[in-house]
Amino acid sequence: MYQTTYHRASSVDEAASLFAKGSEPKYLAGGHTLLPVMKQRLASPSDVIDIARIKDLIGIEVTGDAVTIRAATTHNDVANSAAVQKAIPALAHLASTIGDPAVRHRGTIGGSLANNDPAADYPAAVLALGATIKTNKRTIAADDFFKGLFTTALDDGEMITAVSFPIPAKGGYSKFPHPASRFALTGVFAVKTKAGDVRVAATGAFQGGVARVGAIEAALKTNWAASALDSVTVSADGLMSDIHAAADYRANLIKVMAQRAVQAAG
Amino acid sequence: MGIEGIGASVVRKEDKRFITGKGRYVDDIKLVGMTHAHFIRSPHPHAKIKGIDASAALKMPGVLAVLNGKELVDDKIGNLICGWMIHSKDGSPMKMGAWPAMAPEVVRFVGQAVAVVIAESKNQARDAAEAVVVDYEELPAVADVKAAIAPGAPQLHPEAPGNQVYDWVIGDEAAVNDAFSKAANVVTMELSNNRLVPNAMEPRAAIADYDAAEEHFTLYTTSQNPHVARLVLSAFYNIAPEHKLRVIAPDVGGGFGSKIYIYPEEMVALWASKKVGRPVKWTGDRTESFLTDAHGRDHVTKAEMAFDKDHKITGLRVKTYANFGGYMSLFSSSVPTYLYATLLSGQYTIPAIHAEVIGVYTNTTPVDAYRGAGRPEASYLLERMMETAARQLKVDPAELRKKNFITQFPHQTPVIMAYDAGDFNASLDAAMKAIDYAGFPSRKAKAKSEGKLRGIGVSCYIEACGIAPSKAVGSLGAGVGLWESAEVRVNPVGTIEVLTGSHSHGQGHETAFAQLVADRLGISINQVQIVHGDTDKVQFGMGTYGSRSAAVGLTAILKAMEKVEAKAKKIAAHQLEASEADIVIEGGEFKVTGTDKKIALPMVALAAYTAHNLPDGMEPGLKESAFYDPSNFTFPAGSYICELEVDPGTGKTTFVNFVAADDFGRLINPMIVEGQVHGGLAQGIGQALLEHAVYDGNGQPVTASFMDYAMPRADDLPSFKLSHTTTLCPGNPLGVKGCGEAGAIGSSAAVINAITDAIGNNALEMPATPDRVWRAMQG
Amino acid sequence: MSQVQLTVNGKAVSADVEDRTLLVHLLRDHLNLTGTHVGCDTSQCGACTVHIDGRAVKSCTVLAGQADGASVTTIEGIARGDELHPMQAAFRDNHGLQCGFCTPGMIMSAIDIVSRHGGQLDEATVRHELEGNICRCTGYHNIVKAVLDAAGRMKVAQAAE
Ligand SMILES: Cc1cc2nc3c(=O)[nH]c(=O)nc-3n(C[C@H](O)[C@H](O)[C@H](O)COP(=O)(O)OP(=O)(O)OC[C@H]3O[C@@H](n4cnc5c(N)ncnc54)[C@H](O)[C@@H]3O)c2cc1C
Ligand code: FES
Ligand code: FES
Repeated sequence: MYQTTYHRASSVDEAASLFAKGSEPKYLAGGHTLLPVMKQRLASPSDVIDIARIKDLIGIEVTGDAVTIRAATTHNDVANSAAVQKAIPALAHLASTIGDPAVRHRGTIGGSLANNDPAADYPAAVLALGATIKTNKRTIAADDFFKGLFTTALDDGEMITAVSFPIPAKGGYSKFPHPASRFALTGVFAVKTKAGDVRVAATGAFQGGVARVGAIEAALKTNWAASALDSVTVSADGLMSDIHAAADYRANLIKVMAQRAVQAAG
Repeated sequence: MGIEGIGASVVRKEDKRFITGKGRYVDDIKLVGMTHAHFIRSPHPHAKIKGIDASAALKMPGVLAVLNGKELVDDKIGNLICGWMIHSKDGSPMKMGAWPAMAPEVVRFVGQAVAVVIAESKNQARDAAEAVVVDYEELPAVADVKAAIAPGAPQLHPEAPGNQVYDWVIGDEAAVNDAFSKAANVVTMELSNNRLVPNAMEPRAAIADYDAAEEHFTLYTTSQNPHVARLVLSAFYNIAPEHKLRVIAPDVGGGFGSKIYIYPEEMVALWASKKVGRPVKWTGDRTESFLTDAHGRDHVTKAEMAFDKDHKITGLRVKTYANFGGYMSLFSSSVPTYLYATLLSGQYTIPAIHAEVIGVYTNTTPVDAYRGAGRPEASYLLERMMETAARQLKVDPAELRKKNFITQFPHQTPVIMAYDAGDFNASLDAAMKAIDYAGFPSRKAKAKSEGKLRGIGVSCYIEACGIAPSKAVGSLGAGVGLWESAEVRVNPVGTIEVLTGSHSHGQGHETAFAQLVADRLGISINQVQIVHGDTDKVQFGMGTYGSRSAAVGLTAILKAMEKVEAKAKKIAAHQLEASEADIVIEGGEFKVTGTDKKIALPMVALAAYTAHNLPDGMEPGLKESAFYDPSNFTFPAGSYICELEVDPGTGKTTFVNFVAADDFGRLINPMIVEGQVHGGLAQGIGQALLEHAVYDGNGQPVTASFMDYAMPRADDLPSFKLSHTTTLCPGNPLGVKGCGEAGAIGSSAAVINAITDAIGNNALEMPATPDRVWRAMQG
Repeated sequence: MSQVQLTVNGKAVSADVEDRTLLVHLLRDHLNLTGTHVGCDTSQCGACTVHIDGRAVKSCTVLAGQADGASVTTIEGIARGDELHPMQAAFRDNHGLQCGFCTPGMIMSAIDIVSRHGGQLDEATVRHELEGNICRCTGYHNIVKAVLDAAGRMKVAQAAE
């Protein structure tokens, strides 16, 4: 790791002003993406601003309509939150599939979304549930947030403060883990909203990062059942291909994971 | 057996330090004035080094030196050696290019060291390494074994035209041709044996400490065989004469073969320590393990098996291309030849075998022995062939095997090996019973009704281990003898130190070896200390690999013990005024049979050292040593059966049951033996399902971290059901055979046989990733 | 350079370290607690697992600064004097280790698993929860056995307290 300067912020404003002062600063939440990258010397922030202990950034609130998770809440806390398990069980389940227990003890939802790894799990939930990303400056709709590999709508220095997920009528997540990294080789989040809309997002599969899968949404809109997808073919165009999974295999996984997500959603 | 004697599952003595965090691995050691090395490695698979500019790096904080390959060669540090001479079929010796510890002119694989920075801290060394500018001229590269021998391929070493190291043959070609011409059935297969990365969890490390006044070096290193390291470093690498070099291998965090070899980093650390006049430490990171630890396997093979009308095997013809990587590693030449082709008879009577092995250079990390070394490749080939043959002949795979089993011993195979003992039916029967083989069809039908694809796969392996007879290996080209030594020291208070040339890096020698002594003397293992891993303490030894520690290392201890006991009996008889022939050793006492006269071991020991009253002419002291060189290999064998299910939607494999029935001869500590089998099974299953070191067409590694190279994790594996059948090994007095590699040798084929059974398509390569299995299911 | 102050195995410690120092290096290089190992450079092997404020974390993926003010427990801090922690004893009794390199991290993860799940552990859960700890020697068979054994022992110990 290159030299850097560590700061610990105690409020969102303090973090933002520390950020403004740094030459090439980075926020540090769980550090479970940023530190591995820094260890590989692929990133060299002048300053790292630790936001993980800012009280306003931690916690989960559930209302009748929405689950709101503050940005520095760990995967472990989401996975084990009784309120989330009740309101959107698929979201708690998704959090429980991220990495391993030690990763879940540190990694945060805000860090995961800001990073937008094409194989990360949370982006699938955010997109499928049509969540709203709250930052220290504005709110951003899920459909406008993800801008391709490791790219988001966030401005330089803009900080995610919370994510608000509308509670759906039904929702399920099914993940096929990468055999080595255990990120999503393909993960599919399928949602039927209270308004009767169907939204399905796949992660780990598309070259451009998380995306909705129109063919599957259309079939499920007609008939919310795993069997409705039997005759659907997902195109391999635009899917990633590597030694662990070629594009056509990922296309198959999108369909199979979608079926299992629907089954899980009930 | 006593409660701590031979055959008892004694809890390990060494565990306390490991479970309390007090293990002492190389990276845990700090020396006064220690500096840190960071290697600059080639990012290119093949390139000329046009220049190295270290001027900026030398000005950076904490930097003491930047050293390169030219300086190393100028200082007459020797090239790395390959210690086993193989001759091609035309009689010519194998063709090898030079391998200097740091490349002076040309790099031939990604990760090869070109220079090293020595600095006050690890971070400073790494910071400065980035300021060293290496000017490369890239050359065309080749990673694939078949591509490398094709005409027009990029050439690695001028000494090896066509990138061919050797073209070696074994067996009677005419007899094989004859068998095929008369065959009723022929089974043909193309198989690849995937390249693996050993990935011992402790990355390699070295600390070199040069004492200028004494002109003496000390090397702490992650080695499976410190004495061999010292020998090679002195005799071939010109580091220092043996008496001026002490090599210590303290606790070592796994080896699996990868820590047998003497690597460039140790050589450079020693050389650099003298240059900078300070101790130099290097600890590899995992990326360096992936790039520079000797890899394993990597064969491409065409095999044909001939059967007569009664389904008896009449001939086997094998042609294998073995990928050696960019350089010939220490024992690499022997792996696809004498450790592989000599096992091609498996558990079967095969009257005629012919194998041709072509060893090839490619722009990849050097390949050498990895757990099993050659034998997993042979076993995989045969057991895939047998399963395929059974399917082709439409007979039960277990029955086909039984029909062809060797049942008379000793049995001379057509490929050198003479099997001494075994009962192959017994282990297959035990495994079939354990898994309820007879009940499988109904389980398969039931699974099918639930939408699941269930399969069963058998694998019957044999291996030659207890890697030894020096005379035999010498006649086949080995550069070293493979005996083992031991010294048993009874201290004046009756406690015992056993010095062994074997090395423990997880195998539990401190316990199992002590059990032998405890068993013979009837004392507690706590009175016995096993000393190993330090060339200053142990006179010589060949180390631990090839499952040789029990069969060879322990027998050497037994031989030394016999001498100690003989002398102690003389002393006891003298003290007790009895006849030596009447003395028996029991419960730590020397007793005169038929009387109540006795004397305790500490009193005998004390008598030996006070020497006040010894038999006339006897030397004082109670310490004996022995060298043991067995007369044959040992032949562990067994049967593994795996039952699993494949998810039709994703191609993912889930184990239902995995049973192993092994014959290891006598078991010293069954608990330790079973642990060895578990670990071996995991590595074999890892090879079958997950692990694959992949290079792209240009020689860039694609799987150089745990992010891309799939290591078996706890949830990838089942719990294993083990059992043992026993035929004692007649080749050594303990009757032991060795158990360290069996699991890795026998399990891969069982898994692939089961998956191909489940999906009904035999065309499947390792690793059987979900993608590949799903693809095979599509037809 | 910054000063970090934390509690390690119940003792207050402070050290002056570069800001880029990882917790694992603070432990190994500055505090000589070499029981915590480094087995990879991608945060995957778990050899470096310690507890921060009672939770298992990978100390190779935490800056020393992030642990400032926290309470850290390492493999050296779990036995009570000569009395082994039940997890340590279970690893020894079940032969849950061979070379010992992964062992400290395994034990720290395993204690965390048992304390999160109480006594409600089965083999599948243990295997799944050990996902972040790689062992090359044991095939995990005896590690899983050890964890299940220790879960029983820890329940008994808890009940006794
Ligand atoms: C071994 C391992 C396995 C993993 N497996 C998975 C997996 O299966 N699935 C998966 O989805 N992920 C996985 N991860 C990634 C893990 O979930 C990360 O924790 C997560 O992606 C990043 O969260 P973090 O809090 O650690 O972010 P950090 O590493 O602290 O930060 C990541 C990036 O986000 C920025 N950032 C952080 N917080 C904010 C904020 N509130 N606002 C704006 N920017 C911010 C940082 O500046 C940085 O650029 C794994 C990680 C590891 C080490
Ligand atoms: S060293 Fe921390 S996870 Fe490997
Ligand atoms: S015991 Fe060696 S890595 Fe686990």
